[in-house]
Amino acid sequence: MNIRRTQMLLTAAGMLILGAMEVYLPSVAETSDTAKIVAKDFMFNPTPLTVKAGATVTWTNMDDEPHTVVSDTGAFKSGGLDTNESFSYKFDKPGTYHFTCSIHPRMVGTVVVQ
Amino acid sequence: MSDDQSLLSRRNALKCMAYGGAGTLFALSGGVFTPIDLAMAASDKYGAAKLGKPLFVQISDTHIGFNKEANPDVNGTLTQTIDIVNGMSAQPELIIHTGDITHLSKPAEFDLAQQLFTRLRTTEMHTVPGEHDTSDATVTEYFNRFGKASNNKGYYSFDHYGVHFIGLINVLQFKPGGLGTLGDEQLAWVAADLKGRSASTPVVVFAHMPLWTIYEPWGWGTGDADQLMSQLRRFGSVTVLNGHIHQIVQKVEGNITFHTARSTSYPQPVAGVGSGPGPLKVPADQLAAMLGITSVSVVKHPSSLALNDTALA
Repeated sequence: MNIRRTQMLLTAAGMLILGAMEVYLPSVAETSDTAKIVAKDFMFNPTPLTVKAGATVTWTNMDDEPHTVVSDTGAFKSGGLDTNESFSYKFDKPGTYHFTCSIHPRMVGTVVVQ
Repeated sequence: MSDDQSLLSRRNALKCMAYGGAGTLFALSGGVFTPIDLAMAASDKYGAAKLGKPLFVQISDTHIGFNKEANPDVNGTLTQTIDIVNGMSAQPELIIHTGDITHLSKPAEFDLAQQLFTRLRTTEMHTVPGEHDTSDATVTEYFNRFGKASNNKGYYSFDHYGVHFIGLINVLQFKPGGLGTLGDEQLAWVAADLKGRSASTPVVVFAHMPLWTIYEPWGWGTGDADQLMSQLRRFGSVTVLNGHIHQIVQKVEGNITFHTARSTSYPQPVAGVGSGPGPLKVPADQLAAMLGITSVSVVKHPSSLALNDTALA
């Protein structure tokens, strides 16, 4: 194996590594994906919200009245969120997650995780 | 408020009644609790005393921790309310707080509320939680402080002056999109609690959310309250007291009188007006007239209760 050939192989290996990174980087971007839901005028928006598995969803209360975010299945539950306060939850598993505000139970929403 | 009391004219008294504010005094009268405006009750010369012995005062929706534009000083308006109660010529024997003691269920809010309550000359206070008191993720802050009376269940009963009092919790077990819920276990407990009681026993039921549907789209009601009412109908005098909606709404159905109290913190819109039941911003000079308490007096005989609503101004 001459030097030139070794360099070529190393280059090829480097390209493979780069290639692997190119594949890997977008998946990092997917798992750190973030999405937002606001509670405003006694409604959650947007709903339903569709995200990929691994995404973190942040709810922010934009009302003068406190709200909570409580999963119907108990998967997640915020405390009372005052104006401009937020709550985040990372959705690792695909599925459909319904949630409600326990203070104003007519406020309901859904996160669909693919 | 003490200055106001000395200046209280008939016109002012009528204004108090018109606005309805600080709280409500309840007097038993003719089998029904009659609400009396508290500012009036505090001023003996306007005849509130004639309605009878003050049995208890209902305070509701103090929302300690709230600091928005609708009332930046909820501590101040609660203190004013307490001063009105303390200024009554005959002190009520009990205070009933119908929930939303705090705004966000924070330990510091509960601590401050309890500290403010120590100003009351009447030391016996009975509480039920509002949904704002149970919004902490573990639902423990309220029960750690007020859970003893109910063995941490949230519902309990006691007798006082021949009146049977029942405190209920309807702010847990929310069904999405629905109303408040009592639940089967609590309803069964009520049935056992009432079993064998004479129909002539005056009954006072208190809970945070209205035990009758005032406005379903805003959750102003309790989904299974009918099962409670069917147990109460045989009694000759039933008074149902709630908070939650920060304004007075009353209804009489047979022997059952329903009454919601004003808040001491901030007003809320009339049902269906605006996007939801949030804090209603009113001009500062109108706020006090929209806050208040309710007091209940016994007239001659415990089967006769009179309710009296009182505004802060």
